Order: sequence, then C-alpha cells, then structure tokens
Amino acid sequence: MDLEEVKEGLKKYDGPEMNIMEVCGSHTGSIAKNGIPGMLSDKIHLLSGPGCPVCVTPSSYVDKLLDLAKDPHNCIVTFGDLIRVPGSTKNNLSSARGEGARVEMVYSPMDTLDLAAKDPDTTFIFAAVGFETTTPVYALLVDEIVRNNIKNIKLLTAIKTMPEVIRYLMESGAPIDGFIAPGHVSVVTGTHIYEPIAQDFSIPFGVAGFKGPELLAAIYGIVREYGHGIVRNFYPSVVKEDGNPEARALIDKYFEKYDAAWRGMGQVKGSGKILREEYRYLDAGSLGLDADRKANPACCCDKVLMGKMRPYDCPLYGKVCTPMNPQGACMVSTEGSCFSYLANHRVDKSSKL
Amino acid sequence: MEDKILMAHGSGGSATGELIDEIFDREFSNKTLDEMEDSAVVPGAGKIAMTTDSFVVTPPEFRGGDIGRLCVCGTVNDLLMRGAVPKYLTCGFILEEGLDIALLKRVVKSMAVTAKEAGVDIVAGDTKVVNGNGELYINTAGVGFVPDGTDIAAGNAEVGDAIIVSGNVGDHHAAILSERMNIATDIQSDNAPLVDIVRNLIDGGIDIHTLRDVTRGGLATVLKELSGQSHKTFVIEENKIPVTKKVADFAGLLGLDPLYMGNEGKLVAIVPAEEAEHALDIIRHSEYGENATIIGKVTEESDGRLIETTELGGERELDILQGEGLPRIC
Amino acid sequence: MCVALPGKVIEVRDRKATVDFNGNRVDARTGFVDIAPGDYVLVHAGCILQKLTEQDADEMNEIFTEIGA
Repeated sequence: MDLEEVKEGLKKYDGPEMNIMEVCGSHTGSIAKNGIPGMLSDKIHLLSGPGCPVCVTPSSYVDKLLDLAKDPHNCIVTFGDLIRVPGSTKNNLSSARGEGARVEMVYSPMDTLDLAAKDPDTTFIFAAVGFETTTPVYALLVDEIVRNNIKNIKLLTAIKTMPEVIRYLMESGAPIDGFIAPGHVSVVTGTHIYEPIAQDFSIPFGVAGFKGPELLAAIYGIVREYGHGIVRNFYPSVVKEDGNPEARALIDKYFEKYDAAWRGMGQVKGSGKILREEYRYLDAGSLGLDADRKANPACCCDKVLMGKMRPYDCPLYGKVCTPMNPQGACMVSTEGSCFSYLANHRVDKSSKL
Repeated sequence: MEDKILMAHGSGGSATGELIDEIFDREFSNKTLDEMEDSAVVPGAGKIAMTTDSFVVTPPEFRGGDIGRLCVCGTVNDLLMRGAVPKYLTCGFILEEGLDIALLKRVVKSMAVTAKEAGVDIVAGDTKVVNGNGELYINTAGVGFVPDGTDIAAGNAEVGDAIIVSGNVGDHHAAILSERMNIATDIQSDNAPLVDIVRNLIDGGIDIHTLRDVTRGGLATVLKELSGQSHKTFVIEENKIPVTKKVADFAGLLGLDPLYMGNEGKLVAIVPAEEAEHALDIIRHSEYGENATIIGKVTEESDGRLIETTELGGERELDILQGEGLPRIC
Repeated sequence: MCVALPGKVIEVRDRKATVDFNGNRVDARTGFVDIAPGDYVLVHAGCILQKLTEQDADEMNEIFTEIGA
C-alpha cells in the first residue's frame, strides 16, 4: 500500500457517512494547510473539536489574569497564543499592556526562571494554559521553584485533560463516528487512555502525526475501522503505548485532578489539573475560575466545539465575529476552529450535521 | 558629546545643532543637505513617484540589519515597485530621551551606507526628542523619477501571467523574532534595496505588469491583495515557495507559517507567461535575486482569490494575514 | 495545540540539552528522558518529551502497516 492508494481510497469512499473529529489545534491547522477536506469523499466529514487550549479557557480565567496584571508588582508571562484572548469584556493582555501592565511573551515556561532571577522585586505569574503535552513543562517549572525555593514565580493554571472531555462530548450526544487522537498529547499519555472510550462508544481512535501524508493515512485508517471500538497508533515514531511515565509521575507529584471549566461547555468532571494543596502557595488564584460569560449571546462557540455546528453556520461568523474583533474564543487563536475556517475560506462540500 | 539623548537635544538650541553636525550631517552630507535650508530644492522629472513610511522595530539592531538600513530599503523599494528610479529621501527622527547616542550613530551610518548602495540622496531631515525609554522611530519619505511609458501597477495582472518571487521568504521575521524568543540561530534579515533587480528587468525589456515588495503580512497577504486589486484568481504551488529549511524549522518551533512571515528585501513580479523564464533569469543574475522562483500563475477573472495547490495534492484558499501572527506554543 | 518539533541533541549538561532544528538551537530541559548527543528528540515549549525511534525508519511504511491493508 502507498500514499496514492490512500488518496484514492479516501476520494472514492462510499461506505457509511462518517464524522471524524480532530481534538488538536495543530491537526486543525495541518488539515487546512494541506487542503485535506477537498481530498475526501463527500461521505467523510472532518469536525474541529475542543483542541485549542486557549479557545476553551473560560472568560473568568482571562479576567483573573487581567486583574493580576493591574498590580504594578506583577508581570504576566505567557505564550503568544493567549495575548489576544478576551475575557468577559473586550479587554485582553494586549490592551492591558497598552495601559501599562507588564506582559512578557516567551517560548518556554522555563524562561520565567531567568526573568525572575533578574528582577527579584517583581512577581512573575505564568499563565499556565494547556493540555497533557504542556503540563509536564509546568511540572518541571514547579520542580525548579520548589527545589530552589524561588519566591517570585507563581502560576495561574487552566490545565485541561483530553480523555475526560472526549467522553463528555460522546455522552452529550455529539455526532462523532471517530477521533483523530491528538499526537503530542499522546506522547505523554500513551495510546491506552483512549481505549475505554473507544470501547464504550464503539468508535475508532487514530493517533496521528502532523505532516500531510501522516494525517491522510491516519484518516484512512480511522475510516477503515468504522464502528469498531479500537485505538490505532499511526504516529509510532514518536508515540509509545505507555507514553512518558516519568512525565506523568512528575505531574502527579505537583498536580491533582480538578473539575475544570471549558469555555462554552461548563465544568467537566475531572477534566483538568490544579496544584496539589501542599504546593497551592504557588497558585495565583486558579481555584473556582469557572464562570464563563459570552461576549455576544449569539455566539455559537459551544456548539462548534462540540461538533454540533460548522463554524460558518454561526450567524456571527465572518460578519460580526472576525479575527480582529472576535466574539468568541474559537475566532481568537489561529488554531481555533472558526479562525481556521475563516482564514482558509474553508467550506465543507456536504455535511452530515 | 553626551552618551545619551537628552531633552535638550530637541530644544532647537546648541545641543540640537551639535546633534545635527556630529551625527546626521557627518554621515548624510551632500550638496543639497549641506545648504541647510528650510526645504531642499532639487531637479525634477515629468512624472515622479512619492512614498512615505514609518519604522518601528524591536530590537533596533538585528542580525543582518538595523532600523537605519530597514528604513532606506523600505522607502526605496516602495518607489521601485512603480518602476521609478529612486532619487531623494527625507527622514524624520523621533528620539526618546535616554537613547544611546552610540546606537544612533550606528543607525545613521547604516542609513548613509544603504542610501549610497541604493543610489539615493538624503536631502532633508528633522529630529524631535520625546520622553520615553530610549527608543527611536524613523519616518522617511521618498521621491523617484518614473521613466516615460512606464506602467507598472497592482491592478495590471492578466490571465495567464506568471508570478515570480525574488527569493526565500520569512527570513526577516525569523531574525527579529529569534532575538525576542531565546532561540539561537544565525538567520539573517533580508533587508535590501531591490534597485538592481528592478533596473535589470526594465533594461532587459520585460513587460512587467506588476511589482510589489513582500513586507509585513508575508507573501500570502501580498498576493491576496494583488489578486483583489486585479480582480483575478492567483494559483500558487506549495512546493515552489522558496523557504530555507532553517526558516521552516524556526517557524515550526513557534507555530508560524512562512507564507505569513514578514520580509524586507523580496518582491513579487507578475509578467507575461512567455517572458517568465527570461525575467526569472534576469532576477537570478541580479543582486539579492539569486533564489528567485516562479511560484504560480494568474488563472482567471474573479473577485480576487488566492489558491495554493498543496504538496499533498489538495487545495487551500489563502487570505490576508488575520490577527497579528503571534507565536503559539501550547 | 501543542506545537512540538523533532530535533537533534547536540550537547547534554546538568538537566539541560542543546537541541538543533536545522540550525536553530534551543536549550531544552531533559527531565523525562535519558538522552545522549546524536539522539533525535521531540521538543515542546523548551522541554524534551520523548526520544524518537530510529530516524531512518520509514515512518510512512510503519503507518501503512498499522492501517493493515
């Protein structure tokens, strides 16, 4: 078998109609970048799920961050993703910076250590947003803080976990017949975590890489397993069945399960992490940031994230809601479902929804 | 002279005079400027091209260039894109109190060197000092002479035309960002005046329909804008877009797309298909054009669409840069 | 989500490694994986998450095998 056969198989597929959801923003981006939707049969539909950590962070979290940013003794440290995400008002970290707040954009949370060492009178608050892939990095940062008794770094966490929210989607009746499992999350978690969900709902999971051919092959593999509760690893060069146990051990040392709130979906049981009580002194106030206020009541981010609506079927899409004036989180980050559809003029030929 | 810019340097008194004499006039000196009149009086032409641009960049010096070289290149390139021969530049400096004078000297020297390379005279200038954190901003205006019969414009693309990009994309953006993001690399900014490329294309008799410098927003943004201005569909091929492996991996580390990364020494040329290979050859033999590539063509009338055929075999419709192009990680 | 890229380990010291990505170098934390210079690793946000299996392996072939066609 080769890639050409995969392409032909996907183009000519004439089996049962199938909705396949990706729950990783980088997959969303890669699917658009490679032009994959147009390469599939009309019977295969790709849906973008809650795979962008920035997009699922509730508005109260951003509000808290903006509140902390007002204190001149604080400096917010963040990935670029979060800078433009609005809270319950239009304000975001970019506008806070315009009003004099200190906001540093970094490549690695570990860069906070240098910032903190150089400026001991400032408290550096890392906006710790992310899924299982990024949590080990936060655990390493906490480990450094604890080992060296660093006084001026804290974390404001909105850490999410994938299996719980995938189960939640299925239990809420999301019309999904298969999942492209997130490649880099699986590097940490391993592939086995999807098995109970696959079996309970008789749907296939395919762990996929990020290059065009890898994704296409994974989609083909998922399509062939229609109706089967099975987990397949189509990213074996990087993802091991048991993931990275050392990383998980360090996460467990510092973090515990938490009923995290997801933008548009509310609290989902056990779907997040928070610092353990003995390390909670490093937390800048993450507990109870569950409230989520829609900036625009007509925003359909929740339905989009759950695979119940295509981005372009939202009445605000591209009209009131644009990347420069986002009404909901899916339009903020380049990997948000709505952003990705808009930036790529993506219209799916047909829809099972 | 002091080490730092003081408010007094903007007073109009002796400190201002010292600044002009010791820094600006020393580097920019030419017959017109040396007259120190309120405005420069220079020879003209039948048709002139005019442009203005403001430059703000952090850090002000980066691998491969600095804000001084950047502002001359940016202005000269804007003139060239209409087929003009760049002639005169003016520059306005906004200096923040506390600016390191040694840095200012290096920037001014770099402007002078780049102006000489591009064949333009800096004929007028101004300086103001404001409160702040020691940064500097430069506004430039440029004048060029447009030869009779030249008609190079954004709306001139015709169905069937070939689209050429003059070299690798993304380098400038990567060079700037690497300094801010703690990623060690030797990627150099591409900031360069494109005088040689444009002059050789015109002298070579190429019927150039459109030229556009590929700056902020990157190649995709520029092509999408041109497709709209000419009411045509442009189709480009993903595997023809020139990007070095180094820049591609840099972009990969930060979740960026080289198609949307800024450049400061690249142009897009749209020329008739039958002249495309000749034009490509001319660009490749011109200074700063050695990696030029034909990346696609103008296919049909439309309201302005940009389509990329992907290496995988799919199609992707591209738009202008949405948002700010910030790095994403998590 | 989760931008991560494979790179080559150049140098290991203390709990850090210099990882090269086609000429771009990042200081990454080692913490979770035993690595040596020359290894290919997956780096996310300045942290090594996994060592890659043989770089020369035909990745696509492995995937086709997994598809089982």
